[in-house]
Order: sequence, then structure tokens, then C-alpha cells
Amino acid sequence: MSTQEHTVTYIHRDDIGARMGMWLFLFTELLLFGGMFILYSIYRFTYPDAFHLAAKELNTIIGAFNTAILLTSSLTMALSIAAIQRNQKSLSIFLQFITIVLALGFMVNKYFEWGAKFSHGIYPGSDVLLSKPAGEIIFFGLYYVMTGLHGIHVIIGIVLIAIMMRFTSKGIIKSDSYVKLETIGLYWHLVDIIWIFLFPLFYLIT
Amino acid sequence: MNETITVPTNGKHPSYLDYQGKHKGFLGWILSTDHKRIGILYLISILSFFLVGVTFGFLIRLELIAPGRTIVDPQTYNAFFTLHGVIMVFLFLIPAVPAIFGNFFLPILIGARDVSFPRLNLLSWYLYIIGGLLAILSIVAPGGAADTGWTFYIPYSVRTGTNVIYALFAAFVLGFSSILTGINFVTTVHRLRAPGMTWFKTPLSVWSIYSTAWVQVLVTPIIGITLLLVIIERTFNVGLFDPALGGDPVLFQHLFWIYSHPAVYIMILPAMGIVSEIIPVFARRTIFGYKFIALSSVAIAFFGSLVWAHHMFTAGMSDTGQFIFSLLTMIVSIPSAIKVFNWTATLYKGSIDLAPPLLYVLAFIFQFSIGGLTGVMLGVLSLDIMVHDTSFVVAHFHYVMFGGAGFGIFAALHYWLPKMFGRMYNIKVAKNTFWLVFIGFNLLYFPMFIMGWLGMPRRYYDYLPEFHIYHLLSTIGSWILILGILIMFSNFIAALICGKKVNEKNIWGGETLEWTIETPPIHENFLEIPTVHDAPYEYKQNETDIRQFQEVK
Amino acid sequence: MEKKQEKYLDNSHSYGNYILVWLALMALTAVTVAVAGINLGGLTVATALIIASVKAYLVLTIFMHLKSESKIFRVFVAVALIFLLVSFILLFSDYSFIVRN
Repeated sequence: MSTQEHTVTYIHRDDIGARMGMWLFLFTELLLFGGMFILYSIYRFTYPDAFHLAAKELNTIIGAFNTAILLTSSLTMALSIAAIQRNQKSLSIFLQFITIVLALGFMVNKYFEWGAKFSHGIYPGSDVLLSKPAGEIIFFGLYYVMTGLHGIHVIIGIVLIAIMMRFTSKGIIKSDSYVKLETIGLYWHLVDIIWIFLFPLFYLIT
Repeated sequence: MNETITVPTNGKHPSYLDYQGKHKGFLGWILSTDHKRIGILYLISILSFFLVGVTFGFLIRLELIAPGRTIVDPQTYNAFFTLHGVIMVFLFLIPAVPAIFGNFFLPILIGARDVSFPRLNLLSWYLYIIGGLLAILSIVAPGGAADTGWTFYIPYSVRTGTNVIYALFAAFVLGFSSILTGINFVTTVHRLRAPGMTWFKTPLSVWSIYSTAWVQVLVTPIIGITLLLVIIERTFNVGLFDPALGGDPVLFQHLFWIYSHPAVYIMILPAMGIVSEIIPVFARRTIFGYKFIALSSVAIAFFGSLVWAHHMFTAGMSDTGQFIFSLLTMIVSIPSAIKVFNWTATLYKGSIDLAPPLLYVLAFIFQFSIGGLTGVMLGVLSLDIMVHDTSFVVAHFHYVMFGGAGFGIFAALHYWLPKMFGRMYNIKVAKNTFWLVFIGFNLLYFPMFIMGWLGMPRRYYDYLPEFHIYHLLSTIGSWILILGILIMFSNFIAALICGKKVNEKNIWGGETLEWTIETPPIHENFLEIPTVHDAPYEYKQNETDIRQFQEVK
Repeated sequence: MEKKQEKYLDNSHSYGNYILVWLALMALTAVTVAVAGINLGGLTVATALIIASVKAYLVLTIFMHLKSESKIFRVFVAVALIFLLVSFILLFSDYSFIVRN
């Protein structure tokens, strides 16, 4: 007397859950940088004049330009998702590609900025820096750590978007299944938001 | 993220232990995304590290049995208490309940087949192992084990030549593991509860684990950045915490404790959830004040994140800051007290069955109360000034973290191991061993309150003769306690190898969903996802009535 | 498949919408740079932060679709932000009152 085995087949797919998980991850990034912003705010409170002085060393034009680049990359990212939702695969891939190009542009600018500082002898542990007043040493310490950490996140973002480009071209990301692209988009927007706060706090307090 | 799953809805099926999936044997375990198998992987690794931590504790107590040198030099002693702290905090207490019991039972308790992100779950375990290996590396690599204390205070953590970077990196990786678990659990509880299981019908351990998961997500990144900054400081001498370069070492303490205080709530909340699970079962009564206990979990998570500077009262805070944090510390004790009152009220006039899980839970209530009350004492500024950095503090936190969370873990093991493995341990041995553990624990730590009050500093290698008697009692207590722990674990291991097989679904008479499924559970947890109607812990009225009749006779 | 027409509309905006937001972001960036040149003393930081917050709000609600997601997502973001804010406030409750020589 054998009982027929009954089975149920279902597809576990939870786009809302995937986005929820990514939002929670974004909170961890928010608080990672939040810890640094806390440090910044306390030291700014302690050394208002030194910060003001040190900020003059930074090039506001490049900083503003970088801000524009990153904001535009957020646009292209958002548009790439809109495109795949409308089944415009090539447009989506192209927009993802532009996002990467813009991000690379950001990193190139950063490279030149940092390079310029290094050539002026302003880097952690340098004699030039150590001879400056304490508040300025702290300013540059914060500058390098925060923009450095942000830069690492940009690089990670570039890699992730490149992977999404591949997924889109292979059809893994498509018009009725694009939550992967959405989640990477969320990550990228957060990277942008962090810079939105970094920019005025380091470049515009002159 | 899209997975095609085929689930049987009838028939007899192999347990998750025997299930043959894509991979066989050993690979089938370390590549498994089954939350139950991952829970077991954590069980083995976490309890192993626990024993390593116990060993360091044993060695510390052995050194302190008499003034002067007993077994090691001061440098080694410093390394001992650093490693004891790092292992017990980061490798045992923080992961234990969520990673072992949360992983194994959370999906079952809410009527789901797995967590929201099974592969992320496996990654969490890999990160745990990597973190553990880094911690071991910090011990054996040239340079010697870190000697800064688990709190890694600046400036010593930057100046010491020992393997601080390995230890910091280990903690960083372990933090990541914790974060991923937190993300997984928050999403799972929101998205995968069975039909009918509204928030106020979820078991209290789910409330606890959920609240804890939020804390894990929000505060762990802060220790991440703090530890990273110390690594950067050691490597590049940036100066962010160095007074010579304008930095503020007290700021390190703030950042460190913004995580590490909520971390103690990460440790205690899930254990409190365990207590809330066990008491109704062994008192055969509906839990008293379900909503209050549920909401107090959220309150503890919230307020617990606001009290961190009470670790720094003597570090150079402003009067205003001290006052505010002292006040907040008083406030955070209230939801914990509410839980203790509700547990006690549940026990009152209940039909008590002193099974091993309940014994450990009763010890929890006793010890957590002592630890909690001494915590409130420490929150009083004038008192803290006197006993800060003495053994009084050491006793306080061991009473809450070990006597509370640790005993909660022991209770959970006694409660759930039979379900997880389908094997019963020797109950008589378990009950007798409880007394060894309980007496050993209290003999080990209570004298520390007294000697701390009398002035014995913490982390000291040597001490004045007037403290000798307390240290002697304490060390003897440690031997009794460790003996008890070893027997307890042997009891469990013997059960797994040759213990009586358990086939019943519900050996304790529990009313939550794990007691409605096979022992051990099948791979898919449920043949059919249940629809939930009742709140948990609704013990039938007539069972209590029968008891009353018997008493009257 | 039948719902495809409506499907892309939930959690999405038109291309034009996104571009409008982008223009606003660029404009706000220009404003923030301009304002920095004016010396408003302590208000300079406050203004810069307020403008940055507006920009962040736009990115959150439109680019990150917070506006069109279910309410729980907004509750989550609020919880995270409140936690960060409260931590700042508590920390300053100590630092603002330290008496330094």
C-alpha cells in the first residue's frame, strides 16, 4: 500500500526582501561613515580655525566637479534601471557603462588631487604636515581616511556595476527580473549621498 | 535569489542530518545553505572557541590564586585576559544565541522554510571562521598575542609591539559576520512569517532575536570603523587619536563603547528570549505580560544604544555628559526589570517542572538580577568613581554576561539539543551538573564583588595579601565551574553518540512551532506551511485545573 | 505577463522625472558652492548641511525609490537616521560642556 508522493514546486523569489536586505546593508555603510562624521564633527568643534585654514589647501573647483560627476552617475544609474524596466536592454547597458566611466573619472580626479597634495608634502606622517598646527594635522588625517574610504567604495561600486552590465547583456537581468540592478543602484546612490556630505564639509568650509 | 524548490507534502522524509543534496558528506555540510546545518556548524565552532576562552579564564584564575608569580609572567598574563575577553565577547557571546539557535530555529518558529538569504547565511559562517583563525593567528604569530585588553584602548593599542593588528582585523571580520546575520534576520522576520502570524503572535524569542538583529546592523559598523582607524593609526600614524598630533584618546573610547555597550545587549537580549520561551513550558502557564516582554525587547535595544559613556565616567567627561549618561543608564534598567517581573509572575502558581532547562533559567533570573542591580549601582556616579576598574566591575559583567547570557545558552542547549539531534542526554546527570555549575559560578564571581569594593583593581597581575582569601575562593570556584561545564558538554557529546533516540515531536510540551515538526526536523522544516491562529504559550486552562484538584486532595 | 504595462510603473519614474531631479541636484550644488563664498560665520556650515540634506532627500526619495516603496522602508530609514542623530546629540552633550584650560 504505497501512498503517491505529493510535492509542491514553487519559486522562491522575494524582490521586496532583496531590496529590504540591501537597505539594511546601506544602513551599515551609513553608520560606518557616520562614525567618521562623528569624529569630524567633534574635531571641527575643537579646531574651528585650523579646519577653516586647512580647507583652503583643497581645490573647490575639482571638488565641485567631482560632485557633479557623481550626481550625474547617480542619474545614469537610475536611468539604466528605468531602461531595463521598459525592456530597453542596450540602453540600460549603455547607461550602466556611462556610470562606470563617470565613476572612473571621479577616481582619476581623486588621484590627481591626492597626487598634488603628496607633491606638496601633505600626507600622514610627513614632515610638512607634522610641522603644521594640531588642528590641521587632524583635518588632513580625516580628509585622507574619509575620502580614501569613500574611494574604496567607489571602486567596489565600479566592479559591481560591471558585473551587472554582464548580467544584463546575458539576460540574467531583464525587464521582469531586475532586482539585482536595483540593489546595486541603491548601493551606488548611497556612495553618492556620502560624497554629497563629504564635499561641503571638506571643501566648502573656507 | 530565484530558486526553484520542490517540497514533499506527505510521506516520511529523511531528517536534515541525513538529507542528500547537491553535495555529499563533508562538503554537504560546509557548502550547505540549509539554516539548520549552518546552525550546527556554528554550534561546533562557537562551543569550541568557548572552551578556548574557558581555558584562558582557567589560566587567569590559576595565576591569581596567590600573590606574586604563579605560572606566568605579567606580559603573558596581560595576553591571557586580552584573549579571554576577545574570544568570549566576539567569538562566543555575540554570535552564540543568534547564530546557533537563531539560525536553527528562527525560520521554524515563524513557520518558514529558511531565512531570506541562505547563501549570505553561509557566508556569515565563513566570515566567523576566518575571524576565528585570525584571532588564533594573533596568538601564534611572532610579536606575541595582543596585551591591550579586549577594549584596545588608545594609546597603548597603537604603541604596543604585540599582534594587535591581527586581533583588530579578527574583530572586524567577526563584526561583518554579525552584520550579515542581523540583515538576514530582520528581513526574514518581516518577509517570511507564516500566514496568520501577526507581530503579536510571534514567539518572544523571535522578538528578542529581531531586536538584537537591528542592534547588530546599526552599531556593529561603528566598531568596524573604530578598529579600522586603530589599524590605520598603527600603520600610517595619522594622529586621529594621538594627543601629540591633536587627536583625542577619549574619542576612541566613545567610538569603541558606542558599539560595545549595545554589544552587551546583543549578548543578553537573545538569551532573555530563550528564558521567555522556556518558562511557560516548564511552568505550564501562559507567559505573563506577553506584550510587555515583546516591547521591552525593543526598548532595551533602543535605550541600550544610548548609554555607552557610562564606561567612561572617570575618563575625563564633562559633568553634564556624566549626568545625562547616568540618567539614561537608570532608564535602561527598567525594561529589563519588567522582564524579570513578568517571568517571576509566570512562575508563580505555575505547575513547575524542574527540568534542566528550567534550572538554568532560574539561575539566570537569580544571577541576572544580581548583575543587573550591580549595574544600576555602577550607573550611580559617586559609586562608580570608587569602583571603576576594580573587580567589582568584573563581577558585575560576569554576572550578567555569563550568569545571564551564558546560562541562557546552557538552558537553550538543554532545551533544544534533543530537538536538533533527536537524541536525549542523561537528565539526572544534567540536573546534578547544574548544581556544580551554579555553585562554581557563584563561588568564582561573588568574592569579586567584595574584593572590588575593598579596592582590588581589575586586570592586575599581582595584589596585596589582604585580597588573597577572595582570590583563593574565586579560583576554587573556577575549578568547580569548569568541572561542571566539562561534564555538561560530555553529557551532550555522549547523547549524540549513544544517547536515547528521541522520536516524539514534543518532548517538553512546548506550544511553539518547532514542537509540531519531526525530531530531528526534515530538510524542508514543514511538509505544509502552517497557518497560525493562536498566540504562542496558550496553555490549556484545564491542565492547570487538574493540578489544583490534585493539590486539594 | 499581463501586468507588464503597469509593472514597470511601480517603483519607477519617467526618464524626464529623473532628469529634472538631476537638474535640481546640480543647481543645489551650484548654490552650495556660491554660498560658501559668502561669510555667514557659523551659519555657513548649517546652510551647507541643509542643502546637502535636501540633495540627499532627493536622491533617497526619487533615485532610490523610497517614495514608491512600501511604508516599512521609510520607517527603516527613519530608525537608522534617528539613531545616528541621537548618537551625535549625546556625544555633543558631553563635548560641548568639557571645561578645557
